[in-house]
Amino acid sequence: MTDIIKTENLTFAYPPDEGKEPVLALQGIDLSITQGSFTVVLGHNGSGKSTLAKHMNAVLLPGGGTVWVDGLDTANEELLIEIRRRVGMVFQNPDNQIVANVVEEDVAFGPENLGIPTPEIQARVSAALKAVGMEEFTLHAPHHLSGGQKQRIAIAGVIAMEPACIVLDESTAMLDPLGRREVLDTVKKLNREKNITIILITHHMDEAAMADRVVVMDGGRVVMDGTPQEILVQVEKLQAIGLAAPHTVELLHGLRQDGFDVPLDALGIQECADVITASFKS
Amino acid sequence: MLKDITLGQYFPGNSLAHKLDPRTKILLTVLYIVTLFCARSFVSYGIVALLLATGVKVSGVAPKALVRGLKPILFIICFTAALNLLYTPGEVLASFWIFKITKEGIFTAFFMVLRITMLIMGTFLLTYTTSPIALTDGLETLLGPLKKAKVPVHELAMIMSIALRFIPTLIEETDKIMSAQKARGADFESGSLMQRAKALVPILVPLFISAFRRADELAVAMECRCYHGDAGRTKLHVLRYQARDYLVLAAYGIVLAAVLTLAHFGL
Repeated sequence: MTDIIKTENLTFAYPPDEGKEPVLALQGIDLSITQGSFTVVLGHNGSGKSTLAKHMNAVLLPGGGTVWVDGLDTANEELLIEIRRRVGMVFQNPDNQIVANVVEEDVAFGPENLGIPTPEIQARVSAALKAVGMEEFTLHAPHHLSGGQKQRIAIAGVIAMEPACIVLDESTAMLDPLGRREVLDTVKKLNREKNITIILITHHMDEAAMADRVVVMDGGRVVMDGTPQEILVQVEKLQAIGLAAPHTVELLHGLRQDGFDVPLDALGIQECADVITASFKS
Repeated sequence: MLKDITLGQYFPGNSLAHKLDPRTKILLTVLYIVTLFCARSFVSYGIVALLLATGVKVSGVAPKALVRGLKPILFIICFTAALNLLYTPGEVLASFWIFKITKEGIFTAFFMVLRITMLIMGTFLLTYTTSPIALTDGLETLLGPLKKAKVPVHELAMIMSIALRFIPTLIEETDKIMSAQKARGADFESGSLMQRAKALVPILVPLFISAFRRADELAVAMECRCYHGDAGRTKLHVLRYQARDYLVLAAYGIVLAAVLTLAHFGL
């Protein structure tokens, strides 16, 4: 398996306020993301997770260390377009990333910039809209759509560039539960069917349960890294860095403390209900 | 209240006027304005009015919508009419105090009102039948040759289309801020003009701050989608002149020639 994104001893500091010492937002990150994987990056506000995301397609350049995207060094300015066509980015506020007045024009924006011939752009736009389940909205005005629909348009705009990897930088944070579900289902499907690498930055623990891999950040460092089953059951450790375990794990954790014999790693609601009934029966 | 703002209002449709290439329509509008300013007599105004009526008929736009569009400039029309009526020298028909109404004045005022009304209606016909995107596209291609003179045509077109894209977003935001300020006791509806103007400051400040933040985020999002200006850019829809565009332009050329000839003979 090849690595689509690799960072080595990555450090970064935002320009400090006058008279203050710069604070490192990232303090030496070594991370490899495998092509085709689904990774969730967790962390509370200020943990550096968004800063890390912005390094993945050269919106920010490393202060120290190196970031490679598909083997390309992001610090090399000549490779900028090549890097950004490989790693697409979806941001938090759906309104501020839609460029055009009509859905199809917005989806076409990326391919247009890449200089793709017109007939192929048209094919890509309809394929991308189909992939996110928005084909019936091709000629709609974006401001009439819901938040979840707008985010799916933004994702379609990224897919139309045929990237190897999509980074979602807290793209579900401003959405209602229904909108979140739409977006998560869409990226899961893209990951499964098109083998697009997904990196989902979030502070919703329940979103972490669907990933292949969970990376937890705190204070600009990677503090935990593993499968959801390994990470999400460490209730005390997560609480110590300001994160709450998923409700299912919390429930099982409470039951265990009260002396019930239940496993902790039943992350899904149905799974959780099953192990509890099984435990009560025995 | 802000929802009522109509700016570049577009009525989707499938008429000949909608199907024409935006460049044809922009050219027609420019030529129409030229014709209007060349017209000097009842005959030539009649021809232009007939032209406008044909345009309205073909586009299928309700004449009511065109008349509604005149409302904001009603004051300007009345003002121009009054000035022309009262200050044109010539054969005096009636006079009171310092004002004299002349025969020439009546004619000039009448033609002036006709000219402004038809000018506005004609340009509205363009924006009613052309989507903002088609309009900016058309302008960008039409002005394309100016790129050689280092005029940033693509950038201007991009600015225009982004502005159009964000108008509804910013209107929505203004509504939200107004509601938030009202909930904190702000009063926008009473007091003197000065007080009301001052009451707008707490709306404008957050609106500007948020607009700048949006602009910043949009710029990053555009860069992430590989936007790097005009160089090597392709288009989803490429504008192509059809036979109907040539036909309409040719027909219009004949009308323009007729009006110019009439004007030449003082009609």
